[in-house]
Amino acid sequence: MNRLKRSWFARFYRLLPLPATLLLGGCHWALLDPIGPIGEQERTIILTATALMLLVVVPVIVMTLLFAWRYRASNEKAEYQPNWSHSTKIEVVVWSIPILIIGILGTICWKTSHELDPFKPLSSTVKPVRIDAVAMDWKWLFIYPKQGVASVNEVAMPAGVPVVFHITSATVMNSFFIPRLGSQIYAMANMQTAVNLLASKPGTYRGISANFSGDGFSGMTFKARVLSQSDYAKWLAKVKAAPHRLDAAGYTALDQPSENVPVEYFSQVMPHLFPQIVGGKFAPGRMVASAGGSK
Amino acid sequence: MFGKLTLSAIPYTNPIVMGAVAGMVIAVLAVLALVTYLGKWKYLWTEWFTSVDHKKIGVMYLIVGGVMLLRGFADAIMMRSQQALAYGHNLGYLPPQHFDQVFSAHGTIMIFFMAMPMVIGLMNCVLPLQIGARDVAFPFLNNLSLWLTVAGAILLNVSLAIGNFSRTGWLAYPPLSELHYSPGVGVDYWIWALQISGIGTTLTGVNFIATILKMRAPGMTLMRMPVFTWAALCTNILIVAVFPILTVTLALLTVDRYLGMHFFTNSFGGDPMMYLNLIWIWGHPEVYILILPLFGVYSEIVPTFSGKPLFGYTSMVYATMTIALLSMLVWLHHFFTMGNGGDVNAFFGITTMIIAVPTGVKIFNWLFTMYRGRVRFTTPMLWTIGFMITFTIGGMTGVLLSEPPADFVLHNSLFLVAHFHNVIIGGVVFGVFAGLSYWAPKIFGFPLNERLGKWAFWCWFIGFYVAFMPLYILGMMGATRRMDHYNVAAWHPLFIVAAIGSVIIFAGIGLQLLQVVVSIRQRERTRDLTGDPWNGRTLEWSIPSPAPAYNFARIPVVRDRDAFWDMKRRGVDLTASTFVPIHMPRNKGAGIIMAGFALVTAFSMVWHIWWLAIAGLAGVLVTLIRHAFDDDRDFHIGADEVRRVEGLHGRVHARSL
Repeated sequence: MNRLKRSWFARFYRLLPLPATLLLGGCHWALLDPIGPIGEQERTIILTATALMLLVVVPVIVMTLLFAWRYRASNEKAEYQPNWSHSTKIEVVVWSIPILIIGILGTICWKTSHELDPFKPLSSTVKPVRIDAVAMDWKWLFIYPKQGVASVNEVAMPAGVPVVFHITSATVMNSFFIPRLGSQIYAMANMQTAVNLLASKPGTYRGISANFSGDGFSGMTFKARVLSQSDYAKWLAKVKAAPHRLDAAGYTALDQPSENVPVEYFSQVMPHLFPQIVGGKFAPGRMVASAGGSK
Repeated sequence: MFGKLTLSAIPYTNPIVMGAVAGMVIAVLAVLALVTYLGKWKYLWTEWFTSVDHKKIGVMYLIVGGVMLLRGFADAIMMRSQQALAYGHNLGYLPPQHFDQVFSAHGTIMIFFMAMPMVIGLMNCVLPLQIGARDVAFPFLNNLSLWLTVAGAILLNVSLAIGNFSRTGWLAYPPLSELHYSPGVGVDYWIWALQISGIGTTLTGVNFIATILKMRAPGMTLMRMPVFTWAALCTNILIVAVFPILTVTLALLTVDRYLGMHFFTNSFGGDPMMYLNLIWIWGHPEVYILILPLFGVYSEIVPTFSGKPLFGYTSMVYATMTIALLSMLVWLHHFFTMGNGGDVNAFFGITTMIIAVPTGVKIFNWLFTMYRGRVRFTTPMLWTIGFMITFTIGGMTGVLLSEPPADFVLHNSLFLVAHFHNVIIGGVVFGVFAGLSYWAPKIFGFPLNERLGKWAFWCWFIGFYVAFMPLYILGMMGATRRMDHYNVAAWHPLFIVAAIGSVIIFAGIGLQLLQVVVSIRQRERTRDLTGDPWNGRTLEWSIPSPAPAYNFARIPVVRDRDAFWDMKRRGVDLTASTFVPIHMPRNKGAGIIMAGFALVTAFSMVWHIWWLAIAGLAGVLVTLIRHAFDDDRDFHIGADEVRRVEGLHGRVHARSL
């Protein structure tokens, strides 16, 4: 088990356990109940930023109601200054308070945008697992390049081990997202994005495409299974024993649009499938000599 | 002969669509029949359709916005009911092909054909009056802008009956919107509807900048302009700066789809990411184009109903300018999740949150305008207070979304949907209604019914929270947007609550329709005879209600901010004894005719009816050239006529009667 280096405000967050416990009562709030350090840090940012802003937002709402009521026309007792419209003191305050809050939030923004850049490898003593994810119409293909296996609409990862997802799309733009794990990132054709994640807590979680991609979009969900090392090995063995293989013909068949696709395993994957998908070898309408003509 | 258009383009097998089509056709036929029965065609043509009077054009914009609000809201009700139903084994009543059109149409309509016409309508109705002008700088262009917007709206609605609408969301991201993935006519309808109306909007921007800069009454320096005028200036500068980007982006997508080019395709070096950048370089300023004028509206309403000048006028002006400038530097926050790297994301995250500073200052300034005032709780003021509370919350969630790592989990979620409805309903829509109820006496000559207006406010206010707070929670639960179906049990109750919220808003809209009817029926009793029903502060209240065709019998001389308040304080006599003829622009039919031809062209382009498209384009050009050679452009309202109209409002000096 390895841990990410804690950032300064993650420590600060420890001082604020109350909102989290309150909000987690019902515990269907995926983003407030993360299962890994990336999601945890993102939760911290959400709660910290919200708390900081509430420092202004609550007084503003209270003042709105208070002023409106206190200075209602029927309240003859309240002071009335029909020509008063300037006060340098108040102006200084109303400019500085937002500047101050935004200054803090901006600092957090700068630091965390770098710390939580999805491309940034997680510091860990364990070698990360690489999984390639391909958004297709309308399912997710996961390729385990080292193991040479693949699965559709189910991805398994070992608990406590960093995972680097390399992501592309065989079709339109999608977004690869496991809400309880943290950061999403776009899946785009002819391009490779990456997101580094780490799951600490075994279980089965929802994975989705978070960018509308057409008719089958709503059913484009997958199971993200976080397994103990031994269960993970068993899962890989199960996939390895599956009857189907993913060769060029198999891939072309899979590439046909389909909706609400059940989980499927492939015991063998043609070599360099992922780079070839990224390179556009299978792209529709694309004239690539080596692809033997376009589809 | 008819391109891709065949009879099968009419979706007669789909009962839901055909029901809607039947409703629409019956409504249109009923209106046409009524106008014919009343024999009002000539009146409508000469007095309204061809009118170059900014006030009438404004009213027509408002009507377009109102009608499209109903259409867009029908889509909203369909989405909310579908998502309230479509859980587990229940697939709801809208298949994806239909649901996707519904949310695409909803967004497109609400932004381009509801909010924009409403905002431009308010500017038209009020702005020249506020600066003491007799019309806008280019009255005919104004008429053309209106009809181009109407043409876009008509084209979009035609898609309901003939063919189908886009299924790619309101911004039609490629490659989904490219020919390969969206081979039908839906995206083409979207492109052409936006293209025509967008050109109309650009022309409006040019028009209003010229009006504000060149046509202010003597003495009205920039720093004496009403804040609504300031906000309108910033908005129109933004329009001129960014709408051409939309035009070009749409044109690039068009050549991709029509000529097989590859600007945004997956293949041949096309770059969909470029489209996202371009569309949001227009799209983010667009939301400020919508909200800034309403900030102006609130800045007029709060002082009037607090009986005090606006607190921190200079701050307010600088804040508005700052927002306009910054709005062009934040577009990338719409796709932090594209993998731009820490530096880029942080830059755009920070520029985004900086906008919260001037916006926060504005909220404080309205607060301190109420402070030590005499606040009257009229309908406009209720909308304003509702706005201040709601918008503050929307601003908070917006700043939260501008933290890139927070956006990594909230992007495209229902939290985001809740956020932008929070600022658009709480800011733009509330502001439009506030402005309408505030200026109704000036526009129509009679106020809108206060009691029904207040009821409508409460329905909208409560309905908004019931409809959208669950969406915030759903976003935190990991629910993404644009799902026609889901399997998570915990979401279902929240979707049902959200649907109830939309029904409460529906009640609010119903009350507003009733409010319009009741207000018209009561108009003889409630007519505004003073011209200044609210004890206003700016020039529009210094003239009779409704504003006469020529606006000002005499161009006022401005000596201070809140020019009319200043006049009232100095006891300036609003009556006159001598009148002079007033030079006015003449009504012209070329605008509506050109827009009609443009509509023909656009429709033919959608269906690849090339000969008709060329004919339509030729029609536009011929009309334009004919109009250019038309020298009969102006006339004078005689001094006697001005005296007669002013006399009706008791504005002729007693001694000269």
